[in-house]
Amino acid sequence: MVSRETTQGAGSLLDVERTWGNRLAYFGRFLWRDRGGVVGLILFAVVVFAAVFAPVITRYDPLQQNLRDSKMPPAWSAEGSWDHPFGTDNLGRDSFGRIVYGTRVSLTVGFFGVLIAGGLGLVIGAISGYIGGRTDAAIMSVINLILSLPYLLFVVVIASILGRSLINVILIFGITDSPIFARVTRGEVLRIRESGYVESAVSAGARTGRIIFDHIIPNLIGPLITLATFEMSAMIFYEAGLGFLGLSVPPSVSSWGNMLAAGRKYLTSYPWIATFPGLAIMFTSLGMNLVGDWLRDVLDPRLRRARK
Amino acid sequence: MQRYFLSKAGQSIALLFGVIVLVFLMVRITGDPARLMASREASPETVEAIRQEWGFDRPPLVQFWDFLTRAVVLDFGRSYHFKTPAMPMVLGRLPATVQLAAIALLMAVIVGIPIGLVGGFNPGTVIDSLGRLLALLGQSIPNFWLALILILLFAVRLGWFPSFGRDELKSVVLPAFVLGLPVMGQIVRLTRSAVLEIRGEDFIRTAHAKGLEPRTIYVKHVLRNVAIPLISVIGVQFGYMLGGSIYIEAIYAWPGMGQLLEQSIGWRDFPLIQAIAIFTSLVVLALNVLTDVAYAVIDPRIRYGK
Repeated sequence: MVSRETTQGAGSLLDVERTWGNRLAYFGRFLWRDRGGVVGLILFAVVVFAAVFAPVITRYDPLQQNLRDSKMPPAWSAEGSWDHPFGTDNLGRDSFGRIVYGTRVSLTVGFFGVLIAGGLGLVIGAISGYIGGRTDAAIMSVINLILSLPYLLFVVVIASILGRSLINVILIFGITDSPIFARVTRGEVLRIRESGYVESAVSAGARTGRIIFDHIIPNLIGPLITLATFEMSAMIFYEAGLGFLGLSVPPSVSSWGNMLAAGRKYLTSYPWIATFPGLAIMFTSLGMNLVGDWLRDVLDPRLRRARK
Repeated sequence: MQRYFLSKAGQSIALLFGVIVLVFLMVRITGDPARLMASREASPETVEAIRQEWGFDRPPLVQFWDFLTRAVVLDFGRSYHFKTPAMPMVLGRLPATVQLAAIALLMAVIVGIPIGLVGGFNPGTVIDSLGRLLALLGQSIPNFWLALILILLFAVRLGWFPSFGRDELKSVVLPAFVLGLPVMGQIVRLTRSAVLEIRGEDFIRTAHAKGLEPRTIYVKHVLRNVAIPLISVIGVQFGYMLGGSIYIEAIYAWPGMGQLLEQSIGWRDFPLIQAIAIFTSLVVLALNVLTDVAYAVIDPRIRYGK
């Protein structure tokens, strides 16, 4: 009941001229009504800010060891100090600084992983959906094979074979995640190709180029951006998981997964070492899932109507 | 029905062949599987010995044929670490993994479905909001981290549950909760949206219009239709838990296949790794076939559709 008013209150793009300014204003109004989306965007903005301005936010070198100050508890406990808000780890490295720098690894893996997976998936899915017939059937059966496998198990095994490096992690996620993008792209291409508006555009004499650029691509963007948000969240999650098993970036790099792996050893005596990187992963993932939910609603007019 | 089952089973056998090819190629990604299997400090002689022992010096197609014919009878050679055949080791770990996944799934279903139903029938209420929050958290909390935090809280501080192992009945509580939480979240979401969707269908309005008892409508018309998407998700998630319990088994020292996988990666025990990868895939694919069949039994549209 509430959401009906929401949709009307946010206005409709049908009534106004579709300039970019109007579109942005429309998305803004819609965002304001979706409190989850606002929270998600704020969380995501904090993570991006931390990644870009890491050296300004923290004065510590995340790799600087200082054994004299090792295993210090967080600031609000009795022996803590505000020099190290989240305490220090077993080697005396500042936990807050390491978390701030850790955003760089997470975002790099998430962004480039999704870029590769999305690019590969878009090309494969578009070809499969466009050509159809036996090629389509063959491509889709390979994709369904990969998607029905125990994903985590294979990612862990491949990571253990390739060895620890940032590039390897990005490639692993980029390649193993591309089937999802391919399947969504293919489904959307098929749906759009069969739709009434493409049919009427064709019968009105529109050229293939115009159909692809004016009808197919704009309609693909929404579902793919939504998917990319969820997949980026998943990759950040899985990267930390690999790091936890000692299979992601080298131990010398500050990443949330590596911090967790170190914290696991000192869990009972120095629990804060593992606590804070876990919270960082949770809030990042929460933020991106909220943004994804919001994007799904705002970018898909059919869902917007169905929600009434 | 029989034809439907046979075609699904046939597809899965083709998929399993694909898995065997994938695992065969995976060990060879780096170009030299003997180097990979040897420890980092191994001498060239040791590497050469491994190459001889595993036949990596033979032509690739001969190697593949050999691997395939052995894999069909579940023969993956001897484990490096234990010096005994790999497959019985993996099978010995199966009951613990199945037990953990089954209890986790049971918990997710018992808690998740009622919350989803309440939310779907009363959208916007406090219980609905709490349920959605729970679903969102289940999706966002990293399970490897939650596992650590729960050990800290319930095993170390409160001492209610053991922090690791599988010695007593209580041992299963923490790992099963962590493994089941994201699945529970998904079940809440799915049940809720399925109820919302089906309540708006024409046949429900017809049922109301012809004067059926609301209770009859809920049980006979709504719940039956909610069960259809739930069955498919439950089947898929059970498979996911069998292959995805690696962190949880490693953290809680739960003696299942996931823990064995984590250990064999540490030992670079590739016969074991291959056996686990292919056997887990086999179990997951078999589960998928069963899910598809259950789906067709419940939903006549699928049975008669093709």
